[in-house]
Amino acid sequence: MDELAATVTGFARTLRAAGVGADHERTATLLKALDHLDVTDPREVYWAGRLTLCATPDDLPRYDRCFAAYFGGRRAARAPRPGATAVTRHTAVPEDGGEEGGEEGEAAPATASRAELLRHRDVARLTAAERDEVHRLLAMLRGRRAQRRSRRFAPAARGGLDQRRTIREALRKGEVARLRRRAHTTRPRPVVLFVDVSGSMAPYAETLLRFAHALVRSEPRATRVYSIGTRLTSITGELRHRDPGTALEAVSRAIPDWSGGTRLGEELREFLSRHSARGAVVVIASDGWERGDPSLLGAQLARLARQAHRMIWVNPHKGYTDYQPLTGGMRAALPHLDDLVAGHSLAAYQELSERLAHA
Amino acid sequence: MLVESPQKLVELLDRHAYLADEGLATAAFLALRMGRPLFLEGEAGVGKTELAKTLAGLLDAPLIRLQCYEGLDAAQALYDWDFARQLLHLKAAEAAGVTDVGRLEGEIYDRRFLIARPLLKALETQPSVLLVDEIDRADDEFEAFLLEVLSDFTISIPELGTIRAETPPVVVVTSNRTREVHDALKRRCLYHWLEHPSFDREVAILLRRLPACTETLAAQVARAAERLRQADLVKPPGVAETLDWTQALLTLGVRELDPDRAALTLGAALKYREDVENVLAKGLLRDG
Repeated sequence: MDELAATVTGFARTLRAAGVGADHERTATLLKALDHLDVTDPREVYWAGRLTLCATPDDLPRYDRCFAAYFGGRRAARAPRPGATAVTRHTAVPEDGGEEGGEEGEAAPATASRAELLRHRDVARLTAAERDEVHRLLAMLRGRRAQRRSRRFAPAARGGLDQRRTIREALRKGEVARLRRRAHTTRPRPVVLFVDVSGSMAPYAETLLRFAHALVRSEPRATRVYSIGTRLTSITGELRHRDPGTALEAVSRAIPDWSGGTRLGEELREFLSRHSARGAVVVIASDGWERGDPSLLGAQLARLARQAHRMIWVNPHKGYTDYQPLTGGMRAALPHLDDLVAGHSLAAYQELSERLAHA
Repeated sequence: MLVESPQKLVELLDRHAYLADEGLATAAFLALRMGRPLFLEGEAGVGKTELAKTLAGLLDAPLIRLQCYEGLDAAQALYDWDFARQLLHLKAAEAAGVTDVGRLEGEIYDRRFLIARPLLKALETQPSVLLVDEIDRADDEFEAFLLEVLSDFTISIPELGTIRAETPPVVVVTSNRTREVHDALKRRCLYHWLEHPSFDREVAILLRRLPACTETLAAQVARAAERLRQADLVKPPGVAETLDWTQALLTLGVRELDPDRAALTLGAALKYREDVENVLAKGLLRDG
């Protein structure tokens, strides 16, 4: 390896340590780019590296730091990966109240009537054993999904003209015997789910995440899940694990702000500036305890509602008959919602699942 | 055309009224020299599309544009068969008493019955500049098509064979980043993040593009634009918008920007009602 290649490889390694995806293929591209430039000019080297090794705006400040450290005379001491500090895991659901009724260790399968009773009870008030059972039932939830038109076509009895098949048949028979038709096939409508994991939602967070897991497992390509608390975090990848336990463990490692305060408005704004929910069913699971400015939340929800196919808000407290949407966040949200549903019991999740099937 | 260095490209672009900074010039330079697509990302109106147009002018090559949208498919991006003409041909053959299916098939799947859509057209036109605009608006499956075309600059048509570009077109892919584009596609490209221009550069752009604009007005508009970008707006104005705004002011015969004239013409710079209300309520146009 010549000196240039060694320098470039070392630089790429520094970048990878800093969290920039500067892999070997990209490094090879950088070397090719340097063939066309003046390698003694630091500016040209800077740009060649930035153009070939970075892939998102988030990479740019890291790149600048690494470049300054690496080419600024001394090699960067292994740059710490941002966000790699040890995250203490929290259990989302408090483990108290598990001894009531002596049901711990009861192995007998639930009878139908007991399951029916369980269906309507608030998960925050269940014993540990009952909750486990609810979670088992949640894992079996195989939600159907509402369909939307896809780009693909399939032969159909009625629909637009299928030119290719008509021509093929005409060729075979020597004349156009009948017109073949085709229609668009359908695809599941995407769902974007936001799960509030802030302090006030702690009793429901695990159940919600298990519901999210069931959604991702049934339609992996048409589901995106974000945790909201104080920072927007994508957890779709973590939820793809087959086993709910493993998936939840991965999620708890990925979320930086378990039980923090809620800044829904700011997080939704961040979502809107980077992603889009065009044509999706947006589900926000939160109690609406907004610590930030409710009018900011209202404005972001208005933007989201313009993109989304349908807006559903899941509020665990709505399960109570005397519930009034009084929190500032909830009041700001109401004008932009299509549905406000409960999220406190198994029955509530089954109902939500039904809504997603017909949205 | 052989461009020797990024600096040289800055000069050439300037001659075509496009002011590029060092980073963008290096990006475009490498794209030309390495034959790699240039992936330009940044907020709307920072000059992504304009760069492709200017490159086409500079290379004296046609600009072939593929505007992406949700639902864009291969028949609209790559090629389609001209069904009506194929049928006519079959009818004519039938009337002439041709019954040889093999021969007919060869005839109707001929290049002359193929309609070239932008991607195929770009491979067949040399030289050319291909602009794939707003890739983030297309579905992610479309990225797979595009990746296939951009990795070896070939398109295979089952009935006809493989069409290959002898010299690949200059490709500019733009994204407003409404969603993350797949890494595999970016990996094929040179990645450049375009920022809003600095104050000095924006003034220079306004003067370069609008000869009737005075330095005073350019500086006032650029300063106002800077303030608008710092305000929390749904859609902050890009260079395209400041150019429109200045043009609107010039059309009205405005020599110096005052808050009232600014408010009257604000629609040229801001495209959301909320933003206009927000700016007027906060008095952001006061103090010139």
